[in-house]
Parts: sequence; C-alpha cells; structure tokens
Amino acid sequence: MDSLMGLINIEHEYDFLEELTYFRCGSAVPFAGRYRLIDFTLSNMVNSGVGEVAIFSNRKYRSLMDHLGTGSDWELAKRHGGLFILPPDWNDPTDISRGDLRHFHNNRDYFHRSKANHVIISGSQFISNARYEKAFNHHLENDADVTCITTRVNQFKPEHVSQLRVEHDEDGKIHNLTNDQQNPHVFTGVYIIKKDVLMKLVDECIAYHKDHFFFNGIKENLHRLNVQFYRYEGYSAFVNSIESFFRQNMNLLRPENYKALFFKNQFVRTKISNEPPVKYRKGAKVSDSMLANGSVIDGEVTGSILFRGVKVRKGAQVKNSIIMQRCTIEEGVRLENVILDKDVHISAGQTFIGSREKPFVVAKRKNI
Amino acid sequence: MSKECVGMLLAGGEGKRLGLLTKNLAKPAVPFGGKYRIIDFTLSNCTNSKIHTVGVLTQYSPMVLNKHIGIGKPWDLDRQHDGVSILSPFTAQKGGSWYKGTADAISQNMQFIDQFDPEYVLVISGDHIYQMNYQRLIDHHKEKQSEATISVIEVPWDEASRFGILNTKENLEIYEFDEKPQNPKSNLASMGIYIFNWKTLRKYLIDDEASDSSSHDFGKDIIPAMLNDGLRLFAYRFQGYWKDVGTIKSYWEANMDLLEEDLSLSLNSKEWRTYSHDSNYPPQFIEPNAEIDNSLVNSGCWISGIVKNSILFEGIDVGENTLVKESILHPSVKVGNNCTINRAIVMEKVTIPDGTVINGEEYDEPVVVNSENIEKFVTE
Repeated sequence: MDSLMGLINIEHEYDFLEELTYFRCGSAVPFAGRYRLIDFTLSNMVNSGVGEVAIFSNRKYRSLMDHLGTGSDWELAKRHGGLFILPPDWNDPTDISRGDLRHFHNNRDYFHRSKANHVIISGSQFISNARYEKAFNHHLENDADVTCITTRVNQFKPEHVSQLRVEHDEDGKIHNLTNDQQNPHVFTGVYIIKKDVLMKLVDECIAYHKDHFFFNGIKENLHRLNVQFYRYEGYSAFVNSIESFFRQNMNLLRPENYKALFFKNQFVRTKISNEPPVKYRKGAKVSDSMLANGSVIDGEVTGSILFRGVKVRKGAQVKNSIIMQRCTIEEGVRLENVILDKDVHISAGQTFIGSREKPFVVAKRKNI
Repeated sequence: MSKECVGMLLAGGEGKRLGLLTKNLAKPAVPFGGKYRIIDFTLSNCTNSKIHTVGVLTQYSPMVLNKHIGIGKPWDLDRQHDGVSILSPFTAQKGGSWYKGTADAISQNMQFIDQFDPEYVLVISGDHIYQMNYQRLIDHHKEKQSEATISVIEVPWDEASRFGILNTKENLEIYEFDEKPQNPKSNLASMGIYIFNWKTLRKYLIDDEASDSSSHDFGKDIIPAMLNDGLRLFAYRFQGYWKDVGTIKSYWEANMDLLEEDLSLSLNSKEWRTYSHDSNYPPQFIEPNAEIDNSLVNSGCWISGIVKNSILFEGIDVGENTLVKESILHPSVKVGNNCTINRAIVMEKVTIPDGTVINGEEYDEPVVVNSENIEKFVTE
C-alpha cells in the first residue's frame, strides 16, 4: 500500500526572527499563544496519517528538542516509527555531501528502514491547518514524481517576496518555478516525493557537489521529472520575519481567521504542559485577546496574545502585544506593540511602545 | 520488588448526594476547578509525595474514571514495575462479589498489595479536595511507632457533629472514634486518610472478612476493632485546605473557593502541582465586548459575553449579551446569545439556546442543568 513518511527540513531556515532566534531555531519560535511554528506542519502530517516524522535540524535545536520531547503529544511516541530528531552527527570520512544533502546522506537509514514509499517534506514557515491526504491522492493519481503543495495569495505582503511562484501546463505539470512577483500562485514549501526518486536525486546532487536538495534536485530537473501541484485553499500564513510574525499573530485575533486555523480541521497539536485555567482576578479587564492557560490577570489586556503562565499585575496595561511564556508585567506598566520573549520581567511603572511595523522586541529572560 | 508504601485510593463511591452530577459517572470523576476531575487532587498528592504504587478501587459507573486514569500518564504514574493500577471487583475460583465496604475493597485486593511486600499501606479516598504531603504523615506514623495513623483536621465545634470525630490524648494517641457524635468531645475530624502497618492491617482485614456482622468499613469496623485491642493509633494534624465535596452545595462552594485570593490550596503552585489531562485545545478567545471578572477560564473557550465569579471548563462558548454569574460550566457547554445563567452547574456538552434564563437563586442549592432538564428552562 502506498504510504507517506514525513520530513521536516529546517536546514535552510536562517535565523529570521532577530531577537527571537538568538537562542533558538526559527521552527521553535512560539506562535499563537501556545504553539511553536513547527507545530503546524507537524500536526498536519500527523493528522494526515503520517506515522513517522524526521526532523533535520542543524543548529540551536535545544529548545526544539525540549519542545518535541519523545513526540508523545503528537502521538509520535511509538514502538515503530514515530519521531526522529536528527541533529548533525556526521562521522563518515568519505562524506563529500554539502548543505542539506549532508542530512539526507547521513540519515539514509531513516528512509531505507521505513516501509513508506513516498515522503512529505516541509519547512516550518508555512502555517496552515491542512489535511495532506487529498494532495497525496492527487500525487498518486497522477503518478507524480513530486507534488508541490501550493496556495493562492490574495494580497501580497513582504513575506511572499521570497516564495517561489508556480507556472504549470494545462495538465497540471509544473514547468517553471519563478520569482515572478506578480504571480499569485505560490509554492508553500511543502511537497510530496517518491522515495526512490528522492534517493536517486540525493545521489546525483552529492555526485555533482550540490548543496540544496530542492533547488538542485527538483527545481533544476523540472524538465525531466513529473512535478505536479496541489492547491491548498484554506487559511494559511507565511512567517519569515519579525514583521510577518507580529502581523500573522495579530491576524488570529480576527475571529474568522482564528476559527479557520484552529477549528476547521483537526486540532493543532502542541506540547502539553500542566497549566491551570486562566485566573481572572477581581478588577481584571480583558478584551479582544487570546490567552493561554496558567496566566493570572489583574490588569488590563486588549488586542493581545498571552502565552502560558503570564502574569499581568494590577494597573498594568497591555495593548496590541505578544507576551510569551512566564513573563511578569508588574503594576502600572504600559506596553503597546511589544513582543516579550519568554521569562521577561518588566518592573513596575515602566512604559514601552513600539509600532505595528516595528514592534519593540525584548529578548528572552531579560529583566527590565 | 518491595515498596515502603503502597497507596490504595478508594474511588468506587456513587456520591448519591451529588444528584445529577453522578448520574453517569463516579464521584471521583466529577469535573472540578475548570480543568480537573476530583480524583486529580489525590492522584497528584500521591505523585508529589513520591507514592508511585497506587491501586485505584473502582466500582460505581467507572467508565469515565477508567478512561481518565488510563495508564496514569498525567501523574507520571505510567511506570514499568509499579505505577497506577485500576482495581475493579472481579470473580475468581471461589466466586466473586462487589466491594461491600471500604475495608472489603482492600481485603479483596490483598494479592495486589502483597506483591509489593510493603511496610505501610496508605488508604485515601478519591473524593476530597486538598493538597497534602503523605510523606509527612508516614514520618509522623514512624515517629509515633503507630500501628495506624489517621489524618485529622480541626473543624468548627458547631459542625463537629457532622464528622467522624477522633478523641485523642495530648500526645495525639487516639482512644476513641466517635462517628457523628451529638456531643463531640473533640473537634478533630477524620479526613478518611489512613496509614497502616500492612502486617497489622492484613490480620485485621482477614478477621473482618470472617465476621458476618461487620459492615467492612474502616471507620465503623477496622479502626474500632484496633482500638478495642488497645493498639497504638495516632492522629496526624493536617493544616491547610480540605473539603469533602459530598453535596451539590459543597461542590459548588469548593469550586468557588478556588476564586479566593488567599486560599492555601493553589492550582498555580509550582511546588505542588495538580496534574490532569489536557485536551490540547487552542488558547481561549476573548471578543472585544467580553468582560471577565474573578473567574477561572480554561482553553478552547470563546467568550463574547460577561462572565463573573464563575468556573469555565474547556471548549465553552459564551454568546453575545449573555451573563454567566456564580456558575460552573463543564466542558463543551455552549451558551447562546442573550442568556442569563446564575448560580447554576451546567453539565458537559449541554447547549443552552439563545435567550434562556436559568436562575439558581430560586432554589435552595445551585441548580444542576443537563441535556435532559434543559428544556425546563427554555421559554419559547
């Protein structure tokens, strides 16, 4: 039977979120109140019946590994299959591979051992709540070597600049992936590939000293591969800069977006931590916001996203801000258009105001 | 493999006085505190006290309870050689029977306890709300060279006649057990938490099983028998919050207690965590016109209206122009627009249509709403 194995390849995701990626990789950046960016693609894979997922991580993966653990919160802690976090540990003296090909080369066992004959590969910057079964069926029906999952962008934003655009024949075969900024048909970075084709292309890329599997293995070979596309129509977002990170978080405060991302298909899974319900104390004022468990609110919160275990003390005002796990905002503080990374402590009476385009970002564990 | 202490958690009770709340599930499985089930408090106490071998005795409507406990993962009781075991009544070569009393439930599971060859057995019930370090109780038990030690809490004198009262000497040695005394001589009430030397208890259980007149109950039979024989029994004073949620009123009050600012029991404590399942719902969504005051609200909730002095479990909708006051809404309750819910306990998955008014103040105790009686409150 045809089946899928998963791969999340974050080798080429540079540290795109400034202060937020000083000490962690982009895929481990907190998003939407209780998630990390990687949760969306990982949940999509699991919700689509993928039972084994490998993660090619290169650097700053401590917080990513801490977040994923054994994979049990994604139902990936299994006797066979499950989650494979594969940090770089390369000892093959004959290894001449480069770039992300090093991951493929040194982790061949992951692919060989699996019974699955197709692989779904993604990064972590495409946020959606998608079931991949339809794309997989499309892939099988067309006997495609590769099927790229694409989407249509209605309004161009800076985060779309770097996304490849899709040009295809009438029969759905992709003949070009371009940088045509006028083309709204965008590649999401998620694709399905036949496992044997993958392994063959990996060998070729290594032999020719290439360093980017998708660009060198697939994009340069569009003419000789059957590369199809499957268009995903649901809610989606690309996060690849502080500005898009902030805006895409805030977009979720619109009910229709929030419902589309979280309630349309299955739950987005994330690490479970044991936090009690949010405690609204006497005099708390909260509106137009999203709050995760474990928070204790005495003050005022509007238009904001609060992660787990945030404390907002009496008289504090938090407006249009993203406050990550376990931050404490003392009495009388005023925050507007601010991103506080985890464990930040803002002492009483201070005011910080950023702008929507350039939010004020405070790095992890700062005491201000 | 020998263990110092095995915990036996009594969770088979029906909790008749909780009415509709225990219609389809055992009392320890009743939702509590916006996220938990009552039994979470005792299971968390076990974990936090490093009691890693726990037998949970179930009998009445155990389905929800069994599923909730599962292999004990939320409490780190999914362990290789011990951990949590669910012990339900069973048949064997000599036949079988339901658990006839608290002591009988333990007697029937002697084999379970014997396999760990423990020094002590801790007997607790799964229907109390408190945070307690059982190791302190064990230390006290050892220090007093006691055969059995019972945890007690001071209750107001005028309420003492509602409890099982322990009369003790100054050194806390128990000389008498008074079940609901009319004229109490002491205000030390038994919390239903016992620590026994297993060798001693084992002998008393065997004798008790043989007796036809016994009701096979710890409070009524085992403890009096031990006192009768002049064994060293001691009380252990517990200081802190403890509540038996036996009635709808006390259930509602105990929930409301969680809203008190200076309650000694804290769900937010990092030193003494209360563990439970988490359904991985998204963060709660608070709409622009919503107001929430003095309440607990769990994830997956969608609040458009006003919530005051209330406890909201996961996945609840509160519609526009709706007021929820002094109420407890169990998971996945959907409250429509223009409703008023006052002093009510709304059970799991009940949908309350637009414009419904439920006013619990018209009744002696908070009104319990389920999917069958909801129609009563809906006006056309």
